Amino acid sequence: MRPFDYERATDTAGAVATLTERPDAVFLAGGTNLVDHLKLGVAEPRLVVDINRLDLTEIDELDDEGLRIGAMVRNSDAAADPRIRRRYPMLSRALLSGASGQLRNAATMGGNLLQRTRCVYFQDTSTPCNKREPDSGCSAIGGYTRYHAILGASPECVATHPSDMAVALAALDATVVVLGAAGERRIPVAELHRLPGDHPEQDTVLDHGDLITALELPPPRPGRSTYRKIRDRASYAFALVSVAATVDVDTSGPTPVIREAAIALGGIAHKPWRARAAEAVLRGAEPNEETFLAAADAELEAAEPLEGNRFKVPMTRGAIATVLSELTGTDEPETTTEDTHE
Amino acid sequence: MSDLLPTTSIGTHQVRLDGPDKVRGRAPYAYEHPLDDPLYLYPLQAEIARGRAAHIDTSAAEAADGVVHVLTHTNAPDLEDTEDGELAILRSAEIGFRGQYLGAVIATTPEQARYAAGLVDIGYEQEEHDVELREDHPASREPESGSGDVFAGDFDAAFAEAAVSIDERYSTPMEHNNPMEPHTTVARWDGSELTLWTSTQGAHPARSTLAPILGLDPDRIRIISPHVGGGFGSKGVPHADMMLAALAAIAAPGRPVKYAVSRQQMFSITGYRAPTLQHIRLGARADGTLTAFAYDAVSLSSQTKEFPEEATKPGRMMYAGDNRRLTQRVVPLDVPVPSWMRAPGEAPGMVGLEIAMDELAVAAGLDPIELRVRNEPETDPDTGLPFNRRRLVDCLREGAKRFGWEERNPQPRTRRENGWLIGMGVAASTYPAGRQPGSVARIRRMPAGYEVAIGAADLGTGTWTALSQVAADALDVPIGQVELRIGDTALPNATVAGGSTGLVSWSAAVFAATEAFRAEHGTDPAVGAEAQGEAEANPAAEKFALHSFGAHFAEVRIHPATGEIRLGRMFGMFSAGRIVNPSTARSQFIGGMTMGVGMALHEKGELDPRFGHVVNHDLAEYHVPVNADIARIEAEWLDEEDPHAGPLGARGIGEIGIVGAAAAIANAAFNATGVRIRDLPIFGDAFLPT
Repeated sequence: MRPFDYERATDTAGAVATLTERPDAVFLAGGTNLVDHLKLGVAEPRLVVDINRLDLTEIDELDDEGLRIGAMVRNSDAAADPRIRRRYPMLSRALLSGASGQLRNAATMGGNLLQRTRCVYFQDTSTPCNKREPDSGCSAIGGYTRYHAILGASPECVATHPSDMAVALAALDATVVVLGAAGERRIPVAELHRLPGDHPEQDTVLDHGDLITALELPPPRPGRSTYRKIRDRASYAFALVSVAATVDVDTSGPTPVIREAAIALGGIAHKPWRARAAEAVLRGAEPNEETFLAAADAELEAAEPLEGNRFKVPMTRGAIATVLSELTGTDEPETTTEDTHE
Repeated sequence: MSDLLPTTSIGTHQVRLDGPDKVRGRAPYAYEHPLDDPLYLYPLQAEIARGRAAHIDTSAAEAADGVVHVLTHTNAPDLEDTEDGELAILRSAEIGFRGQYLGAVIATTPEQARYAAGLVDIGYEQEEHDVELREDHPASREPESGSGDVFAGDFDAAFAEAAVSIDERYSTPMEHNNPMEPHTTVARWDGSELTLWTSTQGAHPARSTLAPILGLDPDRIRIISPHVGGGFGSKGVPHADMMLAALAAIAAPGRPVKYAVSRQQMFSITGYRAPTLQHIRLGARADGTLTAFAYDAVSLSSQTKEFPEEATKPGRMMYAGDNRRLTQRVVPLDVPVPSWMRAPGEAPGMVGLEIAMDELAVAAGLDPIELRVRNEPETDPDTGLPFNRRRLVDCLREGAKRFGWEERNPQPRTRRENGWLIGMGVAASTYPAGRQPGSVARIRRMPAGYEVAIGAADLGTGTWTALSQVAADALDVPIGQVELRIGDTALPNATVAGGSTGLVSWSAAVFAATEAFRAEHGTDPAVGAEAQGEAEANPAAEKFALHSFGAHFAEVRIHPATGEIRLGRMFGMFSAGRIVNPSTARSQFIGGMTMGVGMALHEKGELDPRFGHVVNHDLAEYHVPVNADIARIEAEWLDEEDPHAGPLGARGIGEIGIVGAAAAIANAAFNATGVRIRDLPIFGDAFLPT
């Protein structure tokens, strides 16, 4: 661990100004990922700017029944907020399926979005990694890839984004509010993270010094929604595959028809993966097993699994179909999914 | 046969005597002993798997803030004996495995040591390495320290003639012990005496190992280890980390040097269970009785030091059958040194064997319990000796009743609930009932009772409590009048807490000491009266094959669309002689079973053959079961005493809980899905279309 200076930010504009001047500085929020990286030598900043005292901890009503969640709201507080539980149960479930109770108490909403991949080679400074050290090579390709991407990867990087929360936010069409050197702007969560391409070292479209100050959730959509996480153990594990989905079925006619569907996938790409191709198949179709599998197949057509994660293609297919079946069936979705918390 | 001890305290639920101190943080673990002016150590580790550290430039590290000393092979203190390749560290620039110690930085704070370690510039001359175990590896050979092969009758002929047979290959992966408390040593050298506050399963055995290597008289080494935060075998023998701390202390005399091994370092330094490849062939008559039994196993070992993970061990004594063939090979590769991990040999061995028995039951159209009943040997097939009291069948039958085995449909893929496939499986368990000679207990009359002193270890298993119960009954006093002292080489010698021998071996010393004390001082001794006694070997071991037995029952559910596999419930029924403390015993049993769940469903060190190290080397990536994975797990035992176990009537229970547990889960997965899993761990992938 390299020694660094520490400052405590007192206002957002000052925090942004400090970082903008210092390319070797980082923000410290919950620290659940950054502190590991400091110890492992994955991150070697010269200055750590602590933003924990910033006044970004409120959850406020927006005019349209949407919510604005401060970036420093803790994951556990957001998951337990009655408004979030009622209006966006998918988000609450996604939050509770991440990490452990202790980590969720520390982790913040902004920090959760900006956590970095858990690729074992990224976290091990003794192995090459293009994300950690550009042009050093990708050790995951040809190596241990159980938790790696099957969609949108590049020859430079096959890492996945580890967040559960971000997957739900992508499905909910949430927006991040960002304060930068040039002022405030808004970015849809689904467009915040990048695909690796030739620059896997860049996780997001944010510039150095940009500070996420809030998340904005649009008014809740009609229909039923859930978050389903497939993982190697029942709790405290990253997703192999996760599905956040909202489906609204029109049952007024002689046969039910899917009016609208929003699906995002986790654990399979460098970013929360909005499944637009699957959504297009679902829209206007009759909700049945055939439709669900066709939707999954449409999304997975572009899948390029690696030697060590071929199973993720059938697993994702099965997960999408199962979730859609639960959401459009007569059963309450909770009854057939396990792992409802943690 | 000796008379059983009449009991008052033994057999009762006694809460942990060390519990209050532990929850208050007053029970010092190795790192926590308050010592003045400590230094901190951070190691240098090889980043290649084979070759040489051709140059090591320590100048930048030596110039860094707080650095007191940088230790490498060029300046390390001399060793008297370098035979043990694992412990004779820092002898040369040669590198035998990735992660091997190349040195250490000693500094005033842990952060300074860690930072400066990153400043050491190491230039490598890399050679091609080989870390991949395979059955036909040319380096495969008989282990130097193995139990030997078995050839009896004519296996080939019997197998060819068998009415029912199976011929399959099974594998178990690299598994890592990962006790809650990482290996830790605080070492201080005052110029003549070396003191180690460390976390060990045996203070005296560790001293006996280190003393000749360091060239020190054992009297000049003191090891203090009152509380140990789990070991699971990985603290059974000293590993290189303890030696590194000792060398650092000698190199920086006068001040304690503290070294807490990091979780990542544990994956290459503190031992692990070597992966095994198992080829099993079983031939039986139409009624299921075994006629041909072949078990050929290969396990990974290290070029640095041999450790054979003898998967064939339980196959030697488990089932009847006249025509037998058991061979054990090891393949020494450029990998870290494997070591003991809870039930070495038995745990992986009973994976292949007990899945194979399940397959044979299917092939023979028999209930798997009935198949095992039909293959009960009359005497130990390995030694020919009669068994102490082999109650495997009782465990299977009684366990089946309590678990609800009759609800199982033998036809796979027939039970479905809420979209999940449900299945049940069974497997047998066994572990030798060892007792080691040589432990010594010292009893002293105190104003209010007795002090009982022995260098035994408590790994969190309950020694403080259970051994106090034993001493109370031996001395015929209430437990409150026993003042137990353990965990220090300043106390009389004790054998290791390993191989399920700890409590029974130390108890034998307590009985011997009690006898000596009464003979010398009578029943009304004066305060200060003292005597000691030494445990002898169990004489019954020459006349009987001494083993414990058990039966595991598991129910799993598997989601057919996503492949997810989860344990629904698990039940273990054990025969282990007298149970000294039902509370701590239950923890041992279900702890072993939980570790078996990890073996079945989670644990796998991913050794990347290109680099030569385990790449998922932390507890976020290397999974062990969490609470949510263990919905319902229960253990019960037959109410019995072992007449061949001495006055205590008990057998050790540290390992039997894990043995066979993983196979029961694999067999349940087959019952749920019809998919036969022969390679652990069982990931959901196995149940998905390819």
